[in-house]
Amino acid sequence: MITLEFINVLMGLLTGGVAVVNACDASNPRRINNTVFWGVYAISFFAGSYVSDFVNGCLVLVMVASVVMGGLGQTTTAQPPSGERNRGYWVFLPVLVIPVLTFSGSKLLKYVHIAGRPLVDVSQATQISLGLATLVALAVGFAMFRPPLLAPVREARRLLDSVGWAAVLPQSLAALGAVFAAAGVGPVVANLIQRWIPLDHAFVAVATYTTGMAVFTMVMGNAFAAFPVMTAGIALPILVQHFGGDIVVISAVGMLSGFCGTLMTPMAANFNIVPTALLDLPDQNAVVKVQIPTAVPLLIANTLLMYFTAFRH
Amino acid sequence: MLVLIGIAIVVVGFALKRNPLVVIAVAAIATGLAAGRGLYDVIAAFGKAFASSRYVAIVWLVLPVIGMLERAGLRERARDVIAKVSAATTGRVLMAYVALRQLSAAFGLAALAGQAQTVRPLVAPMAEGAAEARYGDVPLATRRRIRAHAAAADNVGVFFGEDVFVSIGSILLIKSFLEQNKIIVEPWSLAVWAIPTAVFAFVIHAVRLVLLDRRLARELAAPPRTDA
Repeated sequence: MITLEFINVLMGLLTGGVAVVNACDASNPRRINNTVFWGVYAISFFAGSYVSDFVNGCLVLVMVASVVMGGLGQTTTAQPPSGERNRGYWVFLPVLVIPVLTFSGSKLLKYVHIAGRPLVDVSQATQISLGLATLVALAVGFAMFRPPLLAPVREARRLLDSVGWAAVLPQSLAALGAVFAAAGVGPVVANLIQRWIPLDHAFVAVATYTTGMAVFTMVMGNAFAAFPVMTAGIALPILVQHFGGDIVVISAVGMLSGFCGTLMTPMAANFNIVPTALLDLPDQNAVVKVQIPTAVPLLIANTLLMYFTAFRH
Repeated sequence: MLVLIGIAIVVVGFALKRNPLVVIAVAAIATGLAAGRGLYDVIAAFGKAFASSRYVAIVWLVLPVIGMLERAGLRERARDVIAKVSAATTGRVLMAYVALRQLSAAFGLAALAGQAQTVRPLVAPMAEGAAEARYGDVPLATRRRIRAHAAAADNVGVFFGEDVFVSIGSILLIKSFLEQNKIIVEPWSLAVWAIPTAVFAFVIHAVRLVLLDRRLARELAAPPRTDA
């Protein structure tokens, strides 16, 4: 059966390849740091499921150390001109292969059985389909353009090095969220809000909930982490039990208020920091700055929507 | 109260522009210690959470394909396509993308696009290409603003589209959280209540993009060239 471990192996091959290309590149003044960073990341992908939690933690700390001590660099060698054949607009074909196969795979692969056993881990069908779709797209690209064998790894290294340490930021933030949850950060925050904000008018309580969702999401980088805390702390006891609000409206719009927070925080790294690296934007907050003028009016709209629709009776 | 030290470290660290990766590691260890656990336990807890979140990195898996196609002229072709559509402006290209992203996410296709899969290779070059086709050379600062808008279009589209789909993570999270609190709700009723916000999000962001077009016109419009 194909499981999520398949994705880990693919990612291990990718980051391991990036480490090797970096190790062989004398033009990068920080190549040792880059090699350690991507090499250790590769170990985490290959071995992460088999070593102890403590070893996994140490791997992360080594990666952090390679960023602290000198930082990562990029190659200074100019890109060689590509000798590939020009195939005009057909270049879009492999890009489109990925979503089409990912989608159909996520719907169809769960029905495929070989010798009575499912081919893929059904709960992870989408991720596994994405991995398989990428391999197919790679094969299609090879067939169409006949690039040198190592071109995909070298190109991936160019792109990943331009992203740099931000590549592991989303994963580290997910881990931080888990540590926060285990340490009981959520209930402490909910307690503070209940104690210090006067929630005796429905509008104030609604605005506290929506704003609290947005702000706590900004701190945690993730509306999923904020939702249980804010809903258990404010929405259920005050908006629903005290003011008799409709829990369906309140929880649906509350989650979306959290998403307004996601637009405004560098902590949501995969949405807001990663694209600045992918798009060569020197200002790390460039995407957040563009999104704030949309997020604030939308948060106000959500607050009014909840206030005027959740309490009709 | 002491466990809030991690939040303080994150806020101060980001405000002082320290390296976020380092800030996160320090915050995680400080929070664990503040909760009364030993250093060994804290490192293990962080390592466990890091390893079990490895699937998040799947977004990078497409980079070898994208990189290979960029060698073959992917981004240039994306620009060419847009340059042929004379009605295309940066704002309209991005507006169409937000609408497309919202609708496809609402039908459960949130994984169809993303910052690495579509924004870098397609949407950003198209948005830049629309400005170039109209105004000729575009200064770097303006290009960067257009690119940031391309990234924002993807985020706004997917955030405020996916919740209209019933079996997306956030809807399921709401349902299971409410169940733990002995409240049973239908996922589709939650999804229906995501529609008003989806409409607000599109309208607000569309206004922003109209303003972006106006700003581009103001900054870039030179007197029409007359070739002698």
